Amino acid sequence: MIRRVLLLLALLSVALAGGTAHAAVEPDEILADPMLEARARGITRQLRCLVCQNQSIDDSNAPLAKDLRRLVRERLKAGDSDEAALGYIVARYGDFVLLRPPVKSTTWLLWYGPAALLIAGAVFLLLRVRRRERAAAPAPLDEAEAKRVAALIAGEPRSPRREGAP
Amino acid sequence: MRLRYLIPGIVFALLGAGLVYALMTIQSGKKNPATVPSALIGKPVPEFVLPAPAGFPQGLSTADIKGRVAIVNVFASWCPPCHVEHPLLLDLAKDKSVLLVGLNWKDKDEKLAAWFKEAGNPFSHIGADRDGRVAIEWGVYGAPETYIIDRAGKIVYRLAGPLTEQLLRDEIRPLLARLKQ
Amino acid sequence: MIPELGHYALALALLVAAFQSLVPLIGAARGDGALMASAAPAAQSQFILVAASFAALTYAYVTSDFTVANVAANSHSAKPLLYKVSGVWGNHEGSLLLWVLILTLFGAAVATFGANLPPALKARVLAVQGMIGLGFLAFMLFTSNPFLRLDPAPPDGRGLNPLLQDPGLAFHPPFLYLGYVGFSMAFSFAVAALIEGRVDAAWARWVRPWTLAAWGFLTVGIALGSWWAYYELGWGGFWFWDPVENASFMPWLVGTALLHSAVVVEKRDALKSWTILLAILTFGLSLLGTFLVRSGVLTSVHTFATDPERGIFILLLLIVAIGGPLLLYAMRAPALKGGGFFKPISREGAMVLNNLLLTVAAATVFLGTLYPLFLDIVGGGKISVGAPYFNSTFVPLMIPLLIAVAAGPALAWKRGDLAGVLTRLKLAFAAAALAVLIALWRNDWRDAVAALGIGLGIWVIAGSLLEWTSRIQLFRVPVGDSLRRALGLPRSFYGMSIAHAALGIVVLGITASAAWQTEVIQVVRPGTSIQVARYTLNLRDVREIRGPNYVAQQARIVVHEAGAASTAAPVTVLLPEKRRYPVEGNNTTEAAIYTTFFADLYVVLGDPDEKGGWVIRAYHNPLVPWIWGGAILMFFGGLVSLSDRRHRVGAPRRSVAGEPEIAAA
Repeated sequence: MIRRVLLLLALLSVALAGGTAHAAVEPDEILADPMLEARARGITRQLRCLVCQNQSIDDSNAPLAKDLRRLVRERLKAGDSDEAALGYIVARYGDFVLLRPPVKSTTWLLWYGPAALLIAGAVFLLLRVRRRERAAAPAPLDEAEAKRVAALIAGEPRSPRREGAP
Repeated sequence: MRLRYLIPGIVFALLGAGLVYALMTIQSGKKNPATVPSALIGKPVPEFVLPAPAGFPQGLSTADIKGRVAIVNVFASWCPPCHVEHPLLLDLAKDKSVLLVGLNWKDKDEKLAAWFKEAGNPFSHIGADRDGRVAIEWGVYGAPETYIIDRAGKIVYRLAGPLTEQLLRDEIRPLLARLKQ
Repeated sequence: MIPELGHYALALALLVAAFQSLVPLIGAARGDGALMASAAPAAQSQFILVAASFAALTYAYVTSDFTVANVAANSHSAKPLLYKVSGVWGNHEGSLLLWVLILTLFGAAVATFGANLPPALKARVLAVQGMIGLGFLAFMLFTSNPFLRLDPAPPDGRGLNPLLQDPGLAFHPPFLYLGYVGFSMAFSFAVAALIEGRVDAAWARWVRPWTLAAWGFLTVGIALGSWWAYYELGWGGFWFWDPVENASFMPWLVGTALLHSAVVVEKRDALKSWTILLAILTFGLSLLGTFLVRSGVLTSVHTFATDPERGIFILLLLIVAIGGPLLLYAMRAPALKGGGFFKPISREGAMVLNNLLLTVAAATVFLGTLYPLFLDIVGGGKISVGAPYFNSTFVPLMIPLLIAVAAGPALAWKRGDLAGVLTRLKLAFAAAALAVLIALWRNDWRDAVAALGIGLGIWVIAGSLLEWTSRIQLFRVPVGDSLRRALGLPRSFYGMSIAHAALGIVVLGITASAAWQTEVIQVVRPGTSIQVARYTLNLRDVREIRGPNYVAQQARIVVHEAGAASTAAPVTVLLPEKRRYPVEGNNTTEAAIYTTFFADLYVVLGDPDEKGGWVIRAYHNPLVPWIWGGAILMFFGGLVSLSDRRHRVGAPRRSVAGEPEIAAA
C-alpha cells in the first residue's frame, strides 16, 4: 500500500516535472536514440543549474548547464542507469544539485512533514468533534428519573407523594 | 488561557527565533546562502591528465599533485574576478614549499598567453581543460575557485569565488601552515 | 524641490500614523466619541500625504531627475514613458512606497465608506492600520528612503533591467500589493475584534468584502506574474516554485481559507476563532514574504538588493506585528464562543475540511521554501528544494480539495446529507469519468495522472453547473419558473459558482499544458519548414531591426495549418526576436506566441549556426490560455460576489431572498 502511494507520488512529480518549461537543449545535443534522449531529458530536469536562479539544467542556456547536459547524455550512452547518471553528478556537486531533495534522516521532516501535519490536523479536529458531541449529549437518566418519565408518559399523577386526584 | 490557543503563538515564536538566528548567521558571514559547498571535501584528488596550454612548459596531472601540500586554482582569461585575484596568487607563489598549479577552464590558449605575458605566471604547472570535462570531475561550477590539497592527496578546502587578503590571512595561510607540519 | 516635498510628506505621514495608532484606541477604551472620530480624518490625511509622496517620486522618474539617487540607479532617459513610471516600483525603496500607498488607501477607504461601522470598531480597525503604517513608514524613512539625493548627479541613469520593461510586469506589483496589503484590512478587523472581545455576524459582514477584494487582486497579481514569466522569460514555464513566488502563493492559499471561513461566521456564527487566526496568518504570510524578498536570506530572481539593517528591521516588524496579535489571540480567543453547532457532515464541516487542506498546503509550501535555509544554518548541509518536491507533496493535497469543491456547496448548513449530495452529483461524476476515459484513450492509455487531473477539472466545473441547475430546479419545473429562480438567486451564489468553475478551468489548463506539450527543436534554414502539432512553420528570413532602446535579430515565420497549400492564407506570421540592450548590456529573447482558445503555439529564436541556419524551438502548449483565463474568471467571480448588495449594507440584516437553507433535492 505504502509502495503504491509512493509510486503514485513519484509518478506525479515526474508527470508534472516538465511543466511547460521549454528546454535549452541545442539540436546538436539531442541523442539519436529517442528512448535515451527521453531519459536524458527526465534526468536533466531534476538537476539544478548552479549558476542560474532556480532553473534546471534542462531549462538553462548557461555554459555549465550545457556541459552537464552533455555529460548526462554521455553517461547514458555509456550504459549508466538513471540513478547511476544522477549519482555521478551528485558525487561531484553534492546534494544541492538535486531539485528533488534526497530522503535522508536530515530531510525526514521535509518529506513527511506535510502528511504528518495533515494527519495531526485531522485527528485534532475529530477529537474536537467527539468532545463537542459528548458535551452536547445529555447525561443518561438514573433510576428515579426513569421511573418519573415512565409515570408521566402513562398519565399518572405528577408526584408519587400526591395521592387522590389525577 | 486554554493551551491549544497558544499553539499558533508558540509556533510563530520558534519561527521568529529561527529567522533571527538565520539572519545573524548570514550577516556574520559564517554562512553564505549563495555558495555551494564542495562535495569532494575529504575525498582524494580526481584522476586526470591535462596538456599544457600552447606556450607553457608543464601540463597538469594527478601525479604532479600527489605527495605535496598543493593549491589548485581554477581560472580563465575571460573571468574578471580571476584578474582581480591574480596578484594574490603571485604572492602565494613565493612560498616554494607549497605547490601552486592552475586549471585553465574553457579558455583560449592565445588569450591566456597574452594575459600572463603581461601579468606574470604564478603557476608551476597549468592544465588546459578546454572542454571543461576535468573541471566537472572537481565539481567546479564557476571561476575562480581554489582547492587546497594535503600531503595524502585529499581535498581539504574549496573556495568558490576570488581570493581576498582577508581570506588569505584568516583561513588559507593558517590552513597551509597546519598542513605543512 | 519636489523630491524634498515628497520626503517631507512622508515624514508628516509618519507623525499622522503615530497619532492614528494611539488616539483612537484610547478613545475606544474610554468611550470618548471625539477621540474615536479622529481616526477617520487621520486615515484620510495619511493617504493624501503618502499619495503626494508617491506623486513626487513618480514625477522625479518621469522627468528623469538623476539628482535623486533612486532614479539614477533604476532609470534612464531613453526608457519609454510607461517603463519610467513602472520603474518607480521596480526597486526596493519605490516598491515600499507603493506598499504604504496601498495600505493607506485601504485605511482611507474604510474611513470614508465605513459610515455604518460601529464607532469603537472603526476606531480600533483604523488604529491597527495606523500601527502597520507606522512600522513601514519608519522602515522607509530610516533605512530605505527613496528621496536621497546624489551630488554630483550623473549624466544619465543606470537603466532598468530589460526583462522588467514589459507591460505585463509593469502591472504585476500593483495588483500583487493590492492583494498582500489588502489583507491588512482583514488583519486589522481581526485584531480590533480581539481587542473588543467580540466577533459577530456584523463583523464578518464587514470583513468579507475587503477580504474578497484583496483575494481577487492577489489572484490577478499572481496570474500576471505567472503569465509574464511564461511569455517573457523564453523558457516557457509558468511556475517555478521560486521562493518569492511561494511567498505570494502562501497568503493566497490561507486567504482563500479565510474567505470561506468568514462566510461561516456570517451565516452560522461559528468558526470564529479559526477566522480570526486565519486573518492574522494571511497578513503574517504577506509580511513574511516582504521579509524574504528583501533580507538576503534567500536568493532568487526576485530578490531586491539587500542590506543588513533592512533585514533586521523587517524581521522585528514581523515579530511585533504578528507576535502581538497571536498573544492577544491566545488570551481572548477562548472567549469567542460560537453559537452555531454543526455536524461534521455539513457545509460548515466542508469549510473546516477546506481550511485544513488549504492550511496544510500553505504549510507545505512554507516547509519547502524555508527548509534549505534552516537546515544549512544548523549545519545539516546544503540541499535544494525544487519543483519535484512540491509536485509530490502539494499536488496530492489538492485532490481531496478539488473533490470537496464540488460537494461542499451542495451540502446543507448544520446537518448535511452526503449520500444525497453525491447522488445529485452523479452526473458530474459521470462527466468526469468520461473525461478521464477520453483523455486516456487519446494518449494511448498512458498518462494516468494527467487523465486524473482532467477528470478533477471536469468534476469541479460540472459540479458548479449542477448546483445551479438544482437550485433553479431545471427541467423539474416550468422553464419560466426556473428562469425566475435564476434571476432571484443572490449574486454571491453566482460569484461562488463562477469562481469554483474557474478553478476547474485552471486545473484543466495546468494539467493539459504540463502533460501534453509538443516540442520541436531544430536547426532551420531560411526557406524551409518544420512541423509542430497541427501546424507547418516556414522560416522566411531573419533580419536585424531596431527598437527604442535595443537592436534585435527578428525571424519571420509563416504558419499554416498542416496540409494546407502554401498559397493559402496563413494562420499567422510569428516574429520571434533576440534583442540586445546596449545601455544595460543585456540580451533577451522575445518569444512569439500565437494564442487560440485551445492552445498556444510558442516559438523562440535560438542561435545561428555557421551555415546560415537558425535554431528554432517551437512548442504547442494545449489549454495553456485556460490557466490565465481561468484566473481572470476567478477574479470576475469575486467581483460578482462583491457586487452583491448585501455586502454594501454595513449593518447585519436577515437576507430576504437568501439562499435556501437546504438545497432542494
